[in-house]
Amino acid sequence: MGENQSMIQIKNLEKTFVTKSATVHALSDINLDIRAGEIFGIIGLSGAGKSTLVRCMNYLEVPTKGEVIFDGQSLGEMSEKELRKARQSMGMIFQQFNLLAQRNVLDNVCFPLEIAGVAKKTAREKARKLLTMVGLEDKEKAYPAQLSGGQKQRVAIARALATEPKVLLCDEATSALDPTTTKSILELIKEINQKLGITIVIITHEMSVIEAVCNRVAIIDKSKIAEMGEVSEIFAAPKSKIGRQLIFTESFQDVPFGSEKMYRIIFDGHSSYEPIISKIVMECKAPINIWFAESRNLNGNAVGQMIIQLPEDEMIANRIVNYLETEKIRFEEVISDGSTSC
Amino acid sequence: MDPQVVSMIQKGILETLYMTFCSSLLAYVFGLPMGIILVVTDKDGIKPCVPVQQVLGFFINIFRSIPFLILLIMVLPLTKIIVGTTLGPTAVIPPLTIAAAPYVARVVESSLKEVDAGVIEAAKSMGASSWQIVYKVLLPEAKPSLLVGGALAVTTILSYSAMAGFVGGGGLGDIAIRYGYYRYQTGIMLVTVVLLVIIVQIIQEAGLRMSKSGDKRIR
Repeated sequence: MGENQSMIQIKNLEKTFVTKSATVHALSDINLDIRAGEIFGIIGLSGAGKSTLVRCMNYLEVPTKGEVIFDGQSLGEMSEKELRKARQSMGMIFQQFNLLAQRNVLDNVCFPLEIAGVAKKTAREKARKLLTMVGLEDKEKAYPAQLSGGQKQRVAIARALATEPKVLLCDEATSALDPTTTKSILELIKEINQKLGITIVIITHEMSVIEAVCNRVAIIDKSKIAEMGEVSEIFAAPKSKIGRQLIFTESFQDVPFGSEKMYRIIFDGHSSYEPIISKIVMECKAPINIWFAESRNLNGNAVGQMIIQLPEDEMIANRIVNYLETEKIRFEEVISDGSTSC
Repeated sequence: MDPQVVSMIQKGILETLYMTFCSSLLAYVFGLPMGIILVVTDKDGIKPCVPVQQVLGFFINIFRSIPFLILLIMVLPLTKIIVGTTLGPTAVIPPLTIAAAPYVARVVESSLKEVDAGVIEAAKSMGASSWQIVYKVLLPEAKPSLLVGGALAVTTILSYSAMAGFVGGGGLGDIAIRYGYYRYQTGIMLVTVVLLVIIVQIIQEAGLRMSKSGDKRIR
C-alpha cells in the first residue's frame, strides 16, 4: 500500500434532509481524500454535519449527490449485498458505544463475525485475541452493564476490528468519556493505526482529540469544509474563522478589547524559540502590554498566539510593526470586536 | 362442596388453560411477525415501507376495535370451517386468536421499538442484513420487554376466554356465567373468579420473573 494511496475519496458530496417543514442542507460541496494509513480528523461544532459525513462514508446515510469511493470502488454503484460486504471492511465506533446489552463481552466481539458467517470457534479465538489487545482479556464473561465507559469503548473497538477492516470510523468516540479515559482510548487508537496500519477517521468537536492523534484535519462548518490540511499547519495558522474559534480557546473570545491598537503575534514553530517580546522591547525601546497569550508544544514545535497592545504613539507603534515585518514574525491587527484583519 | 361441582371446576380450569395456551401460541405465531413487520417497515425502521406499515396498522386497528363478543359471533362460520364445530373450548381458539393476534402485534411492536437505535445502526455498520438485524439484534435485545408483553398478552387472552362462556365455549368463564349469572349460584361464581385471579397472578409473576432473570442489563 503506497503512502499516498487514497482509502476514502469523497467527491462533490451533498446531503439534504427533506422534512415536512423544511429542507435541511446537512452537507454541501464536500471533497475529501483520506489516504491509506493516516489518521484523519473531522472537527466541527455540533450540527455542522460531521456525523452525517461519517455516515456517508459507509453509506449508513446515502448522499443526495456526489460520490464516495472506498478503496477504489464507488459505494453508490454497489448492490445492497456488495455494500454490506464493503461495510465489513469498515469498522465503526460510536459515542454511546452501542454494545448489545444482552450479550456478554466475548459475544459482542463475535457479533460482526457471526454476521460475516465466520465459524463460531474461529470467531471466539479471534475475539479473545482482540480482547487481549484492548486489555480486557479478563472481562470476556462480563455484560456491558458491568463495564465502565472506557471499558465499553474498548469492547466496541475490539468488535469494530473483528472483521479486520481497512478503515476505522470513530464518531465522537471519546465524547462521553472523562479526560483520562479519553487519553487512554486515543492512545489505543493510535496504537491500532501504527500496529495494524488501519486508516482511521475521527469525528470530534474537541480540538485536543485532533491534536493528540491526527495527521490531517478537515474543519467543517455550516455543512461545508472550511479548512483542511496537516494538523501542525492548521494549528499554527488557522485561516478560517471557525478554525480560529476552535483552535484558540474560548477564553480568547472573552478578552475585553478596548479601542487600543492590538496585534496578534502568531508563533508557528520557529520564532517561538526566540525571546521575541524581550527582543521587541529592547530593539524598539518601547513598552508592550500583553493582553492574552497561549502557546503549546505540538510535535516538538511550539505554536500559539499572543495578543499585545502597542503604545499609543504612532511612531513607536510603527517601529514595532516594522520590526516584526523585518524579523518575519507573523502578526495581524486585531479589531476591537475580536475579529481580525491582516 | 359437591364432588360434581369440584370435577366441573377442575375441568373448567383445564379448559381455560387449554384455550389460553393454544390461542396465545397461535396469536404469537401471527402477531409476532406482524409486530416485526410494523417495526421494520416504519419510516424510521430498518426497511422503511410506509404503505405496508400503514395498511397493516389499519387492519390491526380495525380488528382491535371490534368488541370480542361481536367478533366471536362474526367469525362463527369461519370457526366451523377451521375446527368443525362452534361449541366447546376448541371452537373458541380461532376467534381468540383473531382477536389476540393484532393485540400481540402491537405489544411486540412497542417492545421492539424500545431497542436502542444506536445498536441497530452499529449492526448496520457491520454489514448486517435486515433479517440478521431482526433475529440477532431486535429480538434478543428486546427479550425482557417481550416477556413482560407476553405475560400481558396471555392474561388478556385469558380474560377474553372467560367471555367465551356466552357462546358455550367452556372453561371457568363459562361456569361463572352459567351458574353465577343464569342460576344465581354466587358461591360457584366467586370460586371461579378467585381461580381466574390466581391464574392471572401466576402468569403475570412468571412473565416478570423470566424477564428479570434473563435481563443482562440489571446486575
